[in-house]
Amino acid sequence: MPNRKNYINGLPDPSTLKEEILKKYPPKLAKKRAKGLVINDPNLEQEIMANVRTIPGIITQRGCTYAGCKGVVLGPTRDIINLVHGPIGCSFYAWLTRRNQTRPLEGEDNYITYSFSTDMQDENIVFGGEAKLKEAVREAYEIFKPKAIGIFSTCPVGLIGDDVHSVSRDMKAELGINIFGFSCEGYRGVSQSAGHHIANNGVFKHVVGLNDRERVGKFQVNLLGEYNIGGDAFEIEKLFEEAGITLLSTFSGNSTIKSMEYSHTADLNMVMCHRSINYIAEMMEEKYGIPWIKVSFVGAESTCKSLRKIADYFGDADLKAKVEEIIAREMAKVEAVKSSIRPKVEGKLAMMFVGGSRAHHYQDLFAELGIRTVSAGYEFAHRDDYEGRKVIPSIKIDADTRNIEELSVTKDEAHFRPDLVEKKAELVSKGFEFKDYDGMMPDMLKNSLVIDDVNHWETEKLIEFYKPDVFCAGIKEKYVVQKAGVPLKQLHSYDYGGPYTAFDGAINFYVEMERMLATNIWKMIDAPWKHESELVGSMTIEA
Amino acid sequence: MRNLELGIWNLKLKKNAMIENTPIIKSTPEYTATRNACKLCAPLGASVAFKGIRGCVPIIHGGQGCATYIRRYLISHYKEPVDIASSNFTEESTIFGGGANCLAAIENVISQYQPEVIGMATTCLSETIGDDVKFYIQNFKDLTDRETLPHFISASTPSYQGSHIDGFHEAVASAVKLIAEGGEKGEHLNIFPGFVSPEDLRQIKNILEDFTIPYILLPDYSETLDNPIWDSYHRIPEGGTPIESVRKCGSARASIELGTILNKGSLSGRVKNNALATTAAEYLLESFGVENHRMPLPLGVSNCDHFFETLSQLSGKEIPMKYTKERGRLIDSYVDGHKYVFGKRAVVYGEEDLVVALSAFLNEIGIEVALAASGGESGRLEDEIRKYCPENTSEITVQNGYDYEMIHEWCAENKPDILIGNSKAYYIARELGIPIVRCGFPIHDRIGGQRIKHLGYTGTQELFDQITNMLIASKQDSSAVGYKYM
Ligand code: SF4
Ligand code: SF4
Repeated sequence: MPNRKNYINGLPDPSTLKEEILKKYPPKLAKKRAKGLVINDPNLEQEIMANVRTIPGIITQRGCTYAGCKGVVLGPTRDIINLVHGPIGCSFYAWLTRRNQTRPLEGEDNYITYSFSTDMQDENIVFGGEAKLKEAVREAYEIFKPKAIGIFSTCPVGLIGDDVHSVSRDMKAELGINIFGFSCEGYRGVSQSAGHHIANNGVFKHVVGLNDRERVGKFQVNLLGEYNIGGDAFEIEKLFEEAGITLLSTFSGNSTIKSMEYSHTADLNMVMCHRSINYIAEMMEEKYGIPWIKVSFVGAESTCKSLRKIADYFGDADLKAKVEEIIAREMAKVEAVKSSIRPKVEGKLAMMFVGGSRAHHYQDLFAELGIRTVSAGYEFAHRDDYEGRKVIPSIKIDADTRNIEELSVTKDEAHFRPDLVEKKAELVSKGFEFKDYDGMMPDMLKNSLVIDDVNHWETEKLIEFYKPDVFCAGIKEKYVVQKAGVPLKQLHSYDYGGPYTAFDGAINFYVEMERMLATNIWKMIDAPWKHESELVGSMTIEA
Repeated sequence: MRNLELGIWNLKLKKNAMIENTPIIKSTPEYTATRNACKLCAPLGASVAFKGIRGCVPIIHGGQGCATYIRRYLISHYKEPVDIASSNFTEESTIFGGGANCLAAIENVISQYQPEVIGMATTCLSETIGDDVKFYIQNFKDLTDRETLPHFISASTPSYQGSHIDGFHEAVASAVKLIAEGGEKGEHLNIFPGFVSPEDLRQIKNILEDFTIPYILLPDYSETLDNPIWDSYHRIPEGGTPIESVRKCGSARASIELGTILNKGSLSGRVKNNALATTAAEYLLESFGVENHRMPLPLGVSNCDHFFETLSQLSGKEIPMKYTKERGRLIDSYVDGHKYVFGKRAVVYGEEDLVVALSAFLNEIGIEVALAASGGESGRLEDEIRKYCPENTSEITVQNGYDYEMIHEWCAENKPDILIGNSKAYYIARELGIPIVRCGFPIHDRIGGQRIKHLGYTGTQELFDQITNMLIASKQDSSAVGYKYM
């Protein structure tokens, strides 16, 4: 049972911890790794090393490019058949593992409960798999009659020379539905992040802009980078609906390809997970003139802030009034719950290592309960997610980044919205900020330890040093952390919990924290008769 | 408890039916694509086997995604830390080979873990480019200036040549081939349990210990994948078969190999191409003359009897009284429960050897196996099922190379009374309102998958009680009056 620490006068300087961690690595590696561990000072401009290859043999949280492309970005969209071209494992492992939810309307297609694979066999590897892929596409069409089919390449595909793009073109011509491929072989990038980019490109190229639907609302928006884990998107949708904001499309929680086709008719893009989706936001601005803002609906305060920001953007008095009405009503509920829970958990310490935005967003939610974040980091983010978008021009382009196509986007004269460009200019002159992501580090406490791509060894040391009350990560870290007597909250899949977004979600999360932090089981970990014994753990490998 | 659970489950079914509905699609005869596969990939199986060797850290040679996905799957089933390293292929490695990454991975695993053993499994990627892991290992040994080195075991496990089960057996066979030595015959038995649960492994060990037979169980992940809570962090969990024991496999009195299909398939690529897949026990027989007793998993009275009799015969020792009593109790419960189960129709799915054993057991208690299906493609499931299910053998539909959607379609048409297998068919159960009893691997929507006991008289007993109660509960819940006495 860790002794509870209470850092009342600020966090301790973790230099010794950092040194101890680095000592374990061979000198050359240690020098490189040191750049991925930053002792935070929000008043300084500090640089962190991120989005670089994990060292072989080090156990990472990261997945592969394919996982980011198929699993994350396209996975939650319900009316597209996502066909994985490759051997069976890659497809099986991505089968609904992210707990995305979706709510098809009556009679609408929903394929997210399926995992489709060409299940490549020996002969496909030797003689090529294009014929089998084509057969599988025809079959999928014949059985399901979907509107769209996406084809995802796994590692062997590129190597044996299968061309998923030409197969897609051929099949599109043959079947007359939208079919497109992704070269998202797992090895292509540093992490899932490369796959996000590839998916963004593909969706932008093959889907966005296909349908110039008439306007249906006064305030038309898209929500980008919200994946509806545990029903998060439903909470946000509920708010928009009440406020009279028309959500055209979400990329990609509770979404359809159909809605992405007319997403270019929006007046504003809102970016939730900056890492996974900023590419589409940027490209849509260039091509259609739609500006984007950063929002977050994790935490009641952030939700208020984001709602107000949207209302300010549209500058409509009725909308502003409606938003204030919702905030006043919901915050009363939130405060009631918070005031009963906060005294029980205030002063506790949290750590979070997850994703490309959650490690940042969830700090807000914890802060609302008075829980401080002592250490945090992302699994697959880039420097801009830590330090803010201002560093983008100075990010080094390495071989892995060069691997991913940068689409050259030009203005679409027919659909471009000069009115939005004008609106943006006017608002900017009044101090309204667009593309406003300053990253995680400026929001973190002095002396908190920021770690990119944390590994097992570092996790152990962190727990030893800080003895946190709650550790947030994913299933892969869960039991490592809990074996050390610290509760772990999964921020990928929510341990079957959620939703945690918006007001009701925040309440949900407070209650969950109360439950997790107040349970008695952690006190039973040490058997009472164990205390004298020193002979425990003979197999423990000394660090 | 169960009744309650089932009740809630029925309710939810109605309320949320629209959220995750998987429409049923009429079957076309031959499918090209696999929809919701009923198998996993080969390096996953190999990793589990490696976890059952003492002090072993597995390295998966390929893209980091494979290791991450496999860890994710194993961790959600076993609810334990499962460290598996990766050689993290880059685009460059796919062009120039994964040698540099492989060596770096080995070096870094040694410096972090100081493992006794490193188990290397290949992936589709490294196999496609023709990487030679054995050569890299030799390379590493030549180049390193470390004085003590771990033992290395490497298994070739491309998934386009077989499922997780092929990977599992391949890894066990590789360990034996690389480590086992001959020598003067001892009294000990080799037990090759196959891909069973940690609880099953504990059960097998208890049985052997009660018999007082010296034995080597390979692999033994009864502790490494089901650890107690720790008071200090163990980088490598305790337990596992020691390398010295693997070495002694060659001088055993005999081997007992559980499972009759193993990796001896005829449809998967490897076997079709060169008929080379060997099991550990076969290798020991060929190389050291260790006689091999191959039998189905001891699940169900007759398969258990076979197992216990073989142990008794090989050791010359009587079956301990304890087990005779367990057997008696089991039969007694068969008598108590027969009227609730008799004539019910079950769908059994999952790993082929488990499907065979479960079917044999169901056959014994009068449940008709309506469909026995596996994603495995040995091509031998049918023969084995017919052999071990003498009762309604002609009515059983047996399917190799099936996926969950085919099972789904089949169930929608044939309306079975119960599904028995891993948790991946839950969506079928939910949609069609069929009760499901979870066993095998993976169990992702319940806790305790690692503690499910399938083997021995008591394992059978637990399954029997569960299945019977599930059938009773489902009748109780759907009865108009409800009843409190049976
Ligand atoms: S490439 Fe092969 S080994 Fe890797 S996850 Fe896919 S099927 Fe499994
Ligand atoms: S084979 Fe490639 S695409 Fe498939 S899981 Fe492994 S790294 Fe990812």
